[in-house]
Amino acid sequence: MNDAPMIEMRGVSKSFGTLRVLDGIDLTVDRSEVVCLIGPSGSGKSTLLRCINFLESYDTGEVRVEGRLVGYVEGNGRRRMPDRALREIRRGIGMVFQHFNLWPHMTALGNVAEPLIRVRGLAAAEAGLRARAMLGRVGLADKEGEYPARLSGGQQQRVAIARSLAMEPRLMLFDEPTSALDPELVGEVLQVMRDLATEGMTMMVVTHEMGFAANVADRIAFLDRGRIIAYGPPRHVLHESTEPRLRQFLQTYHERNNF
Amino acid sequence: MKLQVTLDAFPYLLEAAGTTLWISLLGIALGQVIGAAVCLCRVSPLRPLARFGAVYVSFFRGVPLLVQLLLVYYFLPYVGIDVPPLVAAIGSLGLASGAYVCEIFRGALTAVPKGQAEAAQSLGFPPAAIWRRILLPQMLRISLPALVNELILLLKASSLISVVGVTELTRSSHTFAASTYHPLEIYLTAAFIYLLMNLCLAAAGAMAERRLAAG
Repeated sequence: MNDAPMIEMRGVSKSFGTLRVLDGIDLTVDRSEVVCLIGPSGSGKSTLLRCINFLESYDTGEVRVEGRLVGYVEGNGRRRMPDRALREIRRGIGMVFQHFNLWPHMTALGNVAEPLIRVRGLAAAEAGLRARAMLGRVGLADKEGEYPARLSGGQQQRVAIARSLAMEPRLMLFDEPTSALDPELVGEVLQVMRDLATEGMTMMVVTHEMGFAANVADRIAFLDRGRIIAYGPPRHVLHESTEPRLRQFLQTYHERNNF
Repeated sequence: MKLQVTLDAFPYLLEAAGTTLWISLLGIALGQVIGAAVCLCRVSPLRPLARFGAVYVSFFRGVPLLVQLLLVYYFLPYVGIDVPPLVAAIGSLGLASGAYVCEIFRGALTAVPKGQAEAAQSLGFPPAAIWRRILLPQMLRISLPALVNELILLLKASSLISVVGVTELTRSSHTFAASTYHPLEIYLTAAFIYLLMNLCLAAAGAMAERRLAAG
């Protein structure tokens, strides 16, 4: 068993043209930890998350998942790692997207079974069985034959979570999983995520749901302009920190929810 | 107008229309394969491949099909490759429609949200599976109306292959018109047959669209 931290980021920077979206990120996530990334839009939260499975490349620094350098060849400057090795790392990391990204031409069951067939090499029948069990786990056993267009946003996102979980990831990344949902559908998705956290899944969650961050996260990182400027347990970040930009950010939430 | 002329020629015209139809269908089938391959080249991160794709499209879209046909018909034997007229005809149609189909697919590809491939990448899909299982099916659905359009254009363009000596509908009409001295009747019949074939294709396309939309 590997005793390296689940995620280790050291001095990670990235620029889009002249815009520095990530500016020297250092972050360590241990096994079974839940870390929430909060911050204003454009602060680099999603980019940071996407560097962990290399959907986004980074310019300098290191991202390690279970000790393995992500995206580049170890000790060889900036040479890209072979696609096969990258796929191997990605197999162990689940990702849930803001817009679900379900495949519209496949049923709910098809969406969950497809990666099992294409990536894990399971036979169709076995993949179907496991996919069915996964849909049951997110409370959608009765929706397996539906196409995504016929499901509510909350149901679609739960299918997307089931699709990731079916691959038995050791780490789950959530990129604003409830931001595209109607308010009354947010709860069902957060509940699935809460259950997952309780079962000991390591999770990194970009979110605007402060309640979820306060109650479920072990650590919260506040990003602003590509830097982590506050980091620690929820109580510390949400209530004790005196960092002015963080206070200002939280103030907008208090005002919005004050009715 | 003499109805008897039409009635006499009709079975032969119909047989020639059959040739038109299957040459066109083979042409578009070849065009699909070539179009998909050239599209892959065009969107490839490898510069020379992308360059090849762009040049291919420019050439086959920029030179009239009639001229392409004549080039294939006269050029290949000139360099010692002997191709039967039928093969030259189908090949030319496929090469030309490949250029248009490539652009249709490229348009469809940009219409598939980026997140579709990203979801597959994040799960560890190999690139070939992403194309085959995620992108192509969606591109096909998006591009179906344009592909039906292309098929109809191709069926009409197939009248040009009469110049390389394939007895399809236009050439057959030509022969009858000349031998019976009743061009009006014969060409009207040919026009009617072309129209009928294209109406059937359009109807089949609409049916396919409905079926894909249901899924």
